[in-house]
Amino acid sequence: MELVDPTITNLIIFVLAIYVGYHVVWNVTPALHTPLMAVTNAISAIVIVGAMLAAALTETELGKTMGVLAVALASVNVFGGFLVTRRMLEMFRKKEPKKTEGS
Amino acid sequence: MSLVVLLYLFASVCFIQALKGLSHPTSSRRGNLFGMVGMAIAVVTTIGLIFMLRPDGAATGMLWVIGGVAVGGTLGAVMANRVEMTKMPELVAFMHSMIGLAAVFIAIATVAEPWAFGLVARDQPIPIGNRVELFIGAFVGAITFSGSVIAFGKLAGKYKFRLFQGAPFLFKGQHLLNLVLGIAMLGFGVAFIVTQDWMPFWAMLALAFVLGVLIIIPIGGADMPVVVSMLNSYSGWAAAGIGFSLYNSMLIIAGSLVGSSGAILSYIMCRAMNRSFFNVILGGFGQDGGTAVASTEQRAVKSGSADDVAFMLSNADSVIIVPGYGLAVARAQHAVKEMAHKLQAKGISVRYAIHPVAGRMPGHMNVLLAEAEVPYDQVAEMEDINSDFGQTDVVMVLGANDVVNPAALVKGTAIYGMPILDAYKARTVIVNKRSMAAGYAGLDNELFYMDKTMMVFGDAKKVVEDIVKAIE
Repeated sequence: MELVDPTITNLIIFVLAIYVGYHVVWNVTPALHTPLMAVTNAISAIVIVGAMLAAALTETELGKTMGVLAVALASVNVFGGFLVTRRMLEMFRKKEPKKTEGS
Repeated sequence: MSLVVLLYLFASVCFIQALKGLSHPTSSRRGNLFGMVGMAIAVVTTIGLIFMLRPDGAATGMLWVIGGVAVGGTLGAVMANRVEMTKMPELVAFMHSMIGLAAVFIAIATVAEPWAFGLVARDQPIPIGNRVELFIGAFVGAITFSGSVIAFGKLAGKYKFRLFQGAPFLFKGQHLLNLVLGIAMLGFGVAFIVTQDWMPFWAMLALAFVLGVLIIIPIGGADMPVVVSMLNSYSGWAAAGIGFSLYNSMLIIAGSLVGSSGAILSYIMCRAMNRSFFNVILGGFGQDGGTAVASTEQRAVKSGSADDVAFMLSNADSVIIVPGYGLAVARAQHAVKEMAHKLQAKGISVRYAIHPVAGRMPGHMNVLLAEAEVPYDQVAEMEDINSDFGQTDVVMVLGANDVVNPAALVKGTAIYGMPILDAYKARTVIVNKRSMAAGYAGLDNELFYMDKTMMVFGDAKKVVEDIVKAIE
């Protein structure tokens, strides 16, 4: 038997990841849908991995420029996404002490 | 190499944990931390990989990476700290466009030097399969970028440029044009896949950018929650497409998580408006048309003052507040919270009822209330609270309209079948609005004319502040 084509392996990963995503996201409470969107923004900034390879390993001017720009754009999301999510989630926390005092 | 892949796997698991944490506010912060850890692992691993692949020239290469991260990271951090919560949808749309464009740039770099990514030996053509994936990643990224830019403009609503205005931009043969451009884009894509030439690649990208604009302009400003969710989904698919072309399973996993998340959010938003996804995408909803029919006759409503409201609230046992986007526009959240606080001090039960499409993006109203330090356990979702309206003394509707319109229960109306908050079932209803203008759907609201309804006209913030004073 021939070795399985890597694209097929990736397809398997893809389908299973969608399945996991589907179930995990339905469990997210509607109150946190905005933070969900912000954090998914940060997560999709994982393309920074590809961008870093492009920025560091390419030699042509075109490749390098594109890579560096992509790194910059993706890091806007890495930092912006996670930090704004944290800021929002902190807002959801502040009330907890009050709640426990009251009840 | 195996270690790199295993670390990437670990990072992927962290991302799943990040989403899983959001199932409850208490676990959500830990989830976010997981996300950050995952991202840090991924980045550090990639740095290691760079040094492994290019031991000689890696240091100079890394300088470029650090430069990019410093610029982008600073910008991102500053925005995250400064953005107002009412502007969250704009920030999210902006960030989608960043991902889209980054995906396009990576695709270009990959086509230029596939050997830099270890895809092929130097100066060898890219395998057909990777060309297909590059094409998909690039065009989805391009559509995400230009679509998000338009969505951003529409959400910001402060630009004069016609395409950035909330009203749908429609012209004859729009859908036909989109179809033709779409087919042309696919044609160039196939040409690129066959020849690996730059010409069809650039042409395909240009068409994708144009298409992104054309797809979003016919959609009205108030449908933006669906659009933002949809672009969220696209940005994920773009990342997954890049993952396929670079043989990176972590990118595929993270991209699919984001993609399915955005798709589910779009579905939830469409369901909350009782409209099909295609109905929203084809656009044109929320134009005039309906408005003319609605406001032809003047009907009598009962209106009252802040003092009347204060009296009614003070004598109630249970109060439900229905906040709408009008409340956020008037920046009245803090005043509302103060009012609720006073009432609770008198032993009155106060809760908030949130419709899924309140605000400009999914869950937006919850964040706005959380910002005003409203405890999240007093904030209820529509399904959870709808059965309680019948036993509630006073419902206070602040800056919301269509989501409490009983016309949704009447066959034949524009919003028939849309799930609503059953405010009309309460013993008394107080509605604060600036004027009698119709809501987004252009429909008159029966609720305002009911005998048990009292209208309080005026700016939400001022009215609520007056009520707070009067409760004393």
